Amino acid sequence: MTIFERSKKGRRAYSFPEYDVPEVDLKIPEHLMRSEKAELPEVYEVDVVRHYTELEAKNYSVDRGFYPLGSCTMKYNPKLNEDMSALFRWLHPYQPEETIQGALKLMYELKEMLMEITGTDDMTLVPSAGAHGELTGMLIIRAYHLDRKDYKRSKVIVPDSAHGTNPASAAMAGFKVVELKSSDEGLVDLKELEKELDETTAAIMLTNPNTLGYFERDILKIAEMAHEAGALLYYDGANLNAIMGRARPGDMGFDVVHLNLHKTFSTPHGMGGPGSGPIGVKEELREFLPVPVVRKDGDRYYLDYDLPKSIGMVRSFYGNFGVLVKAYTYILTMGRDGLKMASDMAVLNANYLKKLLSEFYPIAYDKDGKRACMHEFVADGTKLLKETGVKTLDVAKALLDRGFHAPTVYFPLIVHEALMIEPTETESKETLEAFANALKEIVEEAKKNPQSLKEAPKNTPVRRLDEATASRKPIVKWSRK
Amino acid sequence: MKKYTYIPHTEEDIKEMLATIGAKSIDDLFVDVPKTISPESLKIPESKDELTVRSIVESLAKKNRFLNEMRVFMGAGIYYRYIPAVVYHMASKPNFVTAYTPYQAEVSQGTLQALFEYQTMISELTGMEVTNASMYDGASALAEAMLMTVRVSKKKKVLMAANIHPEYVRTTKTYVTPQDIEVVMVDYDKETGQIDLEDLKKKLDDTVGGVAVQYPNFFGIVEDLKAIKEVLPEKTMFVVAADPIALALLEPPGKFGADIVVGEGQALGNFPSLGGPGFGFFSTSMKHVRMMPGRLIGQTRDVDGKTGYVMILQTREQHIRRSKATSNICSNHAHNAVMAAIYMSTMGKEGVVEVARRSANTAHYLAKALQEKGFKLTFKGPFLFEFVFDAGEDYEKKWKDMVEKGILGPLPMERFFEDMKGKALAATTEMIKKEDIDALLEAIA
Ligand SMILES: Cc1ncc(COP(=O)(O)O)c(C=O)c1O
Repeated sequence: MTIFERSKKGRRAYSFPEYDVPEVDLKIPEHLMRSEKAELPEVYEVDVVRHYTELEAKNYSVDRGFYPLGSCTMKYNPKLNEDMSALFRWLHPYQPEETIQGALKLMYELKEMLMEITGTDDMTLVPSAGAHGELTGMLIIRAYHLDRKDYKRSKVIVPDSAHGTNPASAAMAGFKVVELKSSDEGLVDLKELEKELDETTAAIMLTNPNTLGYFERDILKIAEMAHEAGALLYYDGANLNAIMGRARPGDMGFDVVHLNLHKTFSTPHGMGGPGSGPIGVKEELREFLPVPVVRKDGDRYYLDYDLPKSIGMVRSFYGNFGVLVKAYTYILTMGRDGLKMASDMAVLNANYLKKLLSEFYPIAYDKDGKRACMHEFVADGTKLLKETGVKTLDVAKALLDRGFHAPTVYFPLIVHEALMIEPTETESKETLEAFANALKEIVEEAKKNPQSLKEAPKNTPVRRLDEATASRKPIVKWSRK
Repeated sequence: MKKYTYIPHTEEDIKEMLATIGAKSIDDLFVDVPKTISPESLKIPESKDELTVRSIVESLAKKNRFLNEMRVFMGAGIYYRYIPAVVYHMASKPNFVTAYTPYQAEVSQGTLQALFEYQTMISELTGMEVTNASMYDGASALAEAMLMTVRVSKKKKVLMAANIHPEYVRTTKTYVTPQDIEVVMVDYDKETGQIDLEDLKKKLDDTVGGVAVQYPNFFGIVEDLKAIKEVLPEKTMFVVAADPIALALLEPPGKFGADIVVGEGQALGNFPSLGGPGFGFFSTSMKHVRMMPGRLIGQTRDVDGKTGYVMILQTREQHIRRSKATSNICSNHAHNAVMAAIYMSTMGKEGVVEVARRSANTAHYLAKALQEKGFKLTFKGPFLFEFVFDAGEDYEKKWKDMVEKGILGPLPMERFFEDMKGKALAATTEMIKKEDIDALLEAIA
């Protein structure tokens, strides 16, 4: 039932204090005043509680169980972070700076720590998500080349394994996108790169480890090639959870680095957001950062708008501050040692699960199942499909029936039946084993009774939905029949 | 071995797992990674227990003045409104907070239905046919709207009223510049504070794809959308950035023929939170739905015929269309949108009107009282719950001093407009009582 169907004229879930301000004529022209009230529901408080409790119960979540959504780093979201963020709820962005010194200090310290973790020289905390950070980063790169009067740099190279936001962000920043075919090891092919790199290349966008879960071991060479050609190297930080405390994108030669605080730094994903996508840059790019930048002068923290070469603003105010508090709390809790431990255990978990699966499920770009992956890996259902007719989509749905969230499916695009699995460090050996067993059971079922998998899921609040019709004849809002 | 509360591995686990993998040590798994740093060299403090972390963050929190300890007369895009307890209690439920994008619809019906209902409610407020599942904020939503006008019209010039929130204008310029789109500002009428229709007419020509105004505008003045629409050529996309609470009282832009309506949604049950996260809403007509950025939820049926919800028209989006997508947006502000839906459910049809009505009446009372004290209103146009007045040359200092008296006074406008020294933007919400106004009048005199 929708909230609109619960509605009954005359019910209410709000109450107001006595209104003691004398009535005044608003003097707004008649034609600008609403002729009919907006049809919002009329319910009482218990309806609100029951309705949203019912909806919430239909969701799977990290708090509920294993959520191995590759590339999304669905690690546990600590409760302390939520409580600490709540302390800062009632701040207005335009309060006098003297009255928000605690908040600014928190932002400044977070920025310093993130710069240290990434090996960068300055940072903006403004972008609202990964893709927003990518756009910001690519605009900075654009501004850098233009400032040097290097007007030819119109193209950006991304590997064919890249996340969709990479080419989309590069295009939004005004670049032409060239896709680079991966090597047969699933890595950047240096020969292909050599061919593409020229005086029109503005940047190469990479994530390292890449979306297959493998580390680009030639990264130092790639950086050298990029810089020699006058291009910059952009780091998609979606996969930073693999290398904290072991390597820094800045040291690998990346010039611009984005972070997803909603991945690596444990802030919750909230059904799709809000996230936060800070951008770290090397010295020669700092003057192009979007405004404002948080800075410190003696004991005073302030917002710096005075960057004449800035790309401008990429959104209102200072970013998703509420999310920043959560990431700050997380870094304080984990510390230098704990962040490294997180990455180490994330990589251990991925390799362990990969090993368990490789006995019965081929792993992409890993013929003998022995290649070390980083924090995630991609299982390949091509053989299963050929032998049983069971698609990766069916496998995903069958996992839902067995109490797990499915991995990311059909990404990266270069693996046709991709099942992209990222366990994260916050899952136990027992959970990984239970997941592996469930998957094994599904593979066995595929051989015996593929039809039953095509009918999955059966134990979920709804079963497979008709997406085609939903897009062909869109119903995008509720209406009274 | 040091233990961490979020990491389950025992020494025994690690040993067994490594043995299964066939690795001698954790280091073995990182053979491909260049050793550019030693972990000990990272200048990050050591890990800490929960109690210590709490006390550090709490001490930072104490170094702020919070809105709920002050009489608040400041808005300018973020509003101090009452959020009923039921709103944040429901929004804080773990399967809302710790779920991600509803990629697996069968186990995400809570998210999908809540967002579908959100889309319905915002469409009611904006008077439009379709609303997406949220954008990052009001400014980026407006920027994306202007990009959309260019996609639809294939014309590379857009007009923006100079009385739109300055940060929205700056954001839009950042977004559109790399696409070689020209932004031309349209003056506002210095007397009314509304868009200058003569200037608009002068700047409108064949090459203009879209025109943006704000409703109410940054000065709090209600634009006459009817008069503006009449000036626009048929094919020119009409974009309105609106305040959602104002839309409870004002005729919705959809009724005046707006093509896209966007805005900042924070005022709908979200915390001010130093400006983020709130969310951006984005509404348009079905005719243009395929040009829209962002995620969209649609109603459908499952194989048993049961009603359910899914993400639809995904071929617009980056994960499929890549560099040709309508936008690069992936993660959005779904949680904030759902919080807004809970708020709109709670306040309901009558409650949002009452919130808007009180806010507006209080502003008008304050404006009258200020005028009686000799302060002049800067503009004569009709206003709702914000207005600009002449607070005097030395106002900025007064504004800072007022905090000591527990008043967050009207915003000094010089921050945004060089020619507005001494002017201030006052905002009132349902949180303001008569005694708050009396206190402000005394402090500002
Ligand atoms: C590899 C990669 N890059 C970029 C992004 C975009 O991040 P966001 O969704 O925060 O915009 C994602 C996440 O979905 C990702 O997995």
